[in-house]
Amino acid sequence: MSIFEIFLYILLATTLIVLYRVIKGPSVFDRIVGINAIGTKTILMIVVISYVFERPSFLDIALLYAILNFIGSIVISIYVERGGVTE
Amino acid sequence: MIEAVKLAITIVLLLAGSFFLIAGSLGIVRFPDTYSRMHAAGKCDTLGLSLMLAGFVIYQGLDLVSIKLILIILFVFFTGPVAVNAIIRAAINSGHKMWTVEGWKEWKKETVKKR
Repeated sequence: MSIFEIFLYILLATTLIVLYRVIKGPSVFDRIVGINAIGTKTILMIVVISYVFERPSFLDIALLYAILNFIGSIVISIYVERGGVTE
Repeated sequence: MIEAVKLAITIVLLLAGSFFLIAGSLGIVRFPDTYSRMHAAGKCDTLGLSLMLAGFVIYQGLDLVSIKLILIILFVFFTGPVAVNAIIRAAINSGHKMWTVEGWKEWKKETVKKR
């Protein structure tokens, strides 16, 4: 058991805390903010997993997930604001 | 000796980053308004991710893997606040009400009715 495995459980606990807001949130924007925060924590979880299993090639997946998280937040906010993406 | 010092600095940076992440998550759950929740989410997540990945950079040393980690830090440092800013602009343009100290009873009435 590596020492970094403890931080994996801490990140899992924070993800579960934010998931309450995603399920319960009164408006759409609360849910979008919660999904954005969960994506940021997922990037960290992939990096910690790559150090626990000692596979450095997982970092490429983390970089890709950062890009997809940003594009997803932008596209969903534009969709909710205008009622459609193409205009 | 140097390995032990590196590991100690890494653990301290990881603990600091986890503190900021836990504080940001509690802020998202406990704040009363959408805008104040975005205030908690935008800054605490970016600082927590930067601190934890800086800890991994110090643990790794300087090679190709740590350059990838620095790329992730730079990308999230620039794009995380921009994404939250876009969500705030969408909320303002679609007429979302703000929570104020004076008018919180009317705000609560309208929001509960909307639910």
